[in-house]
Amino acid sequence: MLTASQVAETYFLESRYMLLEIAAYLDRYDAASIREHSHNGNSSDHRKGEDPKLTLIRKALASLADPAAGIERTSALLKLFATL
Amino acid sequence: MQIIQPHYHAIARTAQDYERMAMSGVVAVAEPAFWAGFDRKYPETFIDYFRQISEFEPTRAAQYGIRHFSWVAVNPKEAENKTLTREVLSQMPEFFQKPTVLGVGETGLHKSTKNECDALEAHVDLAMKHQQLVLIHTPHLADKVHGTKRVLEVLAGMNVDRDRIWIDHVEEQTIRPCLDAGYWVGFTLYPITKCSPKRAVDMLEKYGWDRILVNSSADWGPSDPFTLQECVLEFRRRGHSLQESIDVFHNNPCRFLGQNPKFDIQPIRVEPCARESASRSAVEK
Repeated sequence: MLTASQVAETYFLESRYMLLEIAAYLDRYDAASIREHSHNGNSSDHRKGEDPKLTLIRKALASLADPAAGIERTSALLKLFATL
Repeated sequence: MQIIQPHYHAIARTAQDYERMAMSGVVAVAEPAFWAGFDRKYPETFIDYFRQISEFEPTRAAQYGIRHFSWVAVNPKEAENKTLTREVLSQMPEFFQKPTVLGVGETGLHKSTKNECDALEAHVDLAMKHQQLVLIHTPHLADKVHGTKRVLEVLAGMNVDRDRIWIDHVEEQTIRPCLDAGYWVGFTLYPITKCSPKRAVDMLEKYGWDRILVNSSADWGPSDPFTLQECVLEFRRRGHSLQESIDVFHNNPCRFLGQNPKFDIQPIRVEPCARESASRSAVEK
């Protein structure tokens, strides 16, 4: 089995890549949302009525960032996504 | 759809890649000189490498109906060897005479040391004196922002034709200053360490596609030439038209690379066949 530092090293770039994809997904959603709202003439409240999928992603990210989340993060996220 | 792969390290790839690229619409590739995975010691090693990419590789690509073009340079990772860099630079002009060599590249920065900056300046200066195009590599990962800033600073201190310079591997945090300064930029699609097809399309939608080139590099490391086709698919599935796809993935490379007359592939426009559309109109009437 790998040591902790080997795990950190081996999967760092892959994790960085996946986080960047999530960041781009959120940016893409915001850009589309702003386009739609400005098309309708109310660009100030583009966050209103956010798609529940996005809300779930934000919850998942907050859960990952919590240092007290323990070592069952994957299981917790699967349960969270099952609520959609 | 016809596609041009403007940054492709063909000597690191198999004939099967050429075959599959040809089957998926690639009509031309351009191969910059690259790092071999170790620092080369001898100028002669570079000269043979330049011969390989400017003489032999076009014949390999031609077997699959793909046009092959190339660039020559000392890689930034090897620029610490000043004697080597100087000697290779002195022999590069003979390669500018080759029928498929388009310019100087990929030069640029890796760790952004003084020797690297000096080598970059010498490469760009040589290119400008010989009316060559320039392809500039920017560093990856943690060095990206600083290295790109240094590239722009080096170029700002020189008398260059910005239309003939392509700054490659830009990402979300480096694209704007490069475009604002008037250069061409490139997105390099890599499975993990550079830009992804989806992020590239995000940037195309945000910035438009004037002076933007998309490539998949594809070398001897973890890389995939077909990330370019993935990007085409992502672009199309978001509703962009066939003509817009051709403009990004075929015509933009024609516009930049075609500044060197050796690159004679012309931009293309998709139009309905005149006779068929006329007869269709007659039937509809």
